[in-house]
Amino acid sequence: MVGPSHLHGTGAAALRTLASWALPIVLLIAWEIASRSGVLSTRLLPAPSAVAAAFWESLRNGTLLTHATISTERALKGLFIGGGIGFVLGVLAGVSRPAEIVFDSSMQMLRNVPHLAIIPLVILWFGIGEEAKIFLVAIGTAFPLYLNTFHGIRTVDPKLIEMARVYGLGPVPLFWRVILPGAMPSILVGLRFSLGLMWLTLIVAETISASSGIGYMTMNAREFLQTDVVVLGIIVYALLGKLADFITRLLEARALAWHPTYRRTVTRGATS
Amino acid sequence: MRESASVLRLHKDASFHEADALAEKNLLRDVRPHGKDAPSLNGQDIRLDRLSKSFGNRSVLSDLDLVIPAGQLLAIVGRSGCGKSTLLRLIAGLDRPTSGTIAIGGAEVQSLQPNVRLLFQDARLLPWHRVLSNVGIARTKGWQETAAAALADVGLDDRSNDWPAVLSGGQAQRVALARALVSRPGVLLLDEPFGALDALTRMEMHRLLERIWREHGFTTVLITHDVAEAVALADRVLVIRDGGITLDLPVDLPRPRREGADTAAVALQARILEEV
Repeated sequence: MVGPSHLHGTGAAALRTLASWALPIVLLIAWEIASRSGVLSTRLLPAPSAVAAAFWESLRNGTLLTHATISTERALKGLFIGGGIGFVLGVLAGVSRPAEIVFDSSMQMLRNVPHLAIIPLVILWFGIGEEAKIFLVAIGTAFPLYLNTFHGIRTVDPKLIEMARVYGLGPVPLFWRVILPGAMPSILVGLRFSLGLMWLTLIVAETISASSGIGYMTMNAREFLQTDVVVLGIIVYALLGKLADFITRLLEARALAWHPTYRRTVTRGATS
Repeated sequence: MRESASVLRLHKDASFHEADALAEKNLLRDVRPHGKDAPSLNGQDIRLDRLSKSFGNRSVLSDLDLVIPAGQLLAIVGRSGCGKSTLLRLIAGLDRPTSGTIAIGGAEVQSLQPNVRLLFQDARLLPWHRVLSNVGIARTKGWQETAAAALADVGLDDRSNDWPAVLSGGQAQRVALARALVSRPGVLLLDEPFGALDALTRMEMHRLLERIWREHGFTTVLITHDVAEAVALADRVLVIRDGGITLDLPVDLPRPRREGADTAAVALQARILEEV
């Protein structure tokens, strides 16, 4: 994929990667030393080696995978429902004035309600079952996608729409070939916001009421003062968040291949 | 002749250059007569009858009568805001006249027409489609072949798989021209399409447009504020001022034309400039 002429660039990139990892590694070593020498109580913060051991143990007995799978499943269900509703409403409000009049002011009002504030209500409605968590994630993810889809569609270059009309495109091809691709950069920004809120909402929901999932795992560990498992749970959340971000980047590189900003990633992807 | 050949030599694509030179040689023998009575291959005539357009109280065009014979290359010159772009949008069917009628090929213009294509000042290519997909934007049956042929016609067949963002201004306008040619229109409307290009590219585009117009025979209306461009390309030049036609001048110069030191052309330019 990378030709010999890029070797120099690859070397420099490797050095940059190494430099960016230096600080976390030094911190980690300092943390380990502080724990081992007793300066840092393991009740407050476990040694990195203890976290690694807890990671290995939970991986071996399968609890980590079970909890992570359940959490991911909840997160994705919530995202599909909430993000899907946000996207569809955003498209409707974007392409039709009557739909905008009906939805937009309500959506703008609702989005200002911190969705975590309705947790007491959600528990009353759904109890502590799966629905409660999925509902919360859906509420959290719907608004960023709605706003950015709506905004993206409204900011598509009107000159391109006029051109498409002159060249005989009907409403349906106009939407698929001009309006949706034109709104795509904005929609993907919305998706990234939604993914961030998706994990945040899920962590809170699982911490408050759950009998499975990463949030439950950490809260359970707290009861038994297993600080290593608590830290492990936090790390797993971070990794899941990072993974979601990575997938969006791949999606962007594919969907926005035409965009000058994304061109570099793209030409490599396309030629490989 | 020598001068236009040197312009062509600037073109990187050798085969395109040869094809163009060949076409020029043949056309020099004048396979069909030029001028306003030129018979068309598939051009359609345009008739404006007491055409008026006003926005609110402001009248932009008033009582315009005009007949553009099929296959004619008409240039409309005027200062900005004189209503020439409005006229083009009316002919394209993008706007409706306040009063009066427009007929193309005998049929009254009610809305956008499939046989009328419009070239804008900016190329307006869809940045998310590759060049070939942009040319075949209407996705008619077998569009890949017709789009590829149109691209070859404007000398850009090697760029069909590129993104529009990597094209130069002149190349983008050539892609836009190819896109307009795909449907073999009877009427081609050009709204200052070369205004944003540098002088050399503009001359290149003039030669390209002249060649393609002679091959296809569509009726052409070119809006421009560049008098030299009007004289270099058109069979007939109209000057519009204050919403009316103040000059209707035939340009009876032999084709293909060269730009620059031609006394007849310069005299015509001076005559037009007096009226603008």
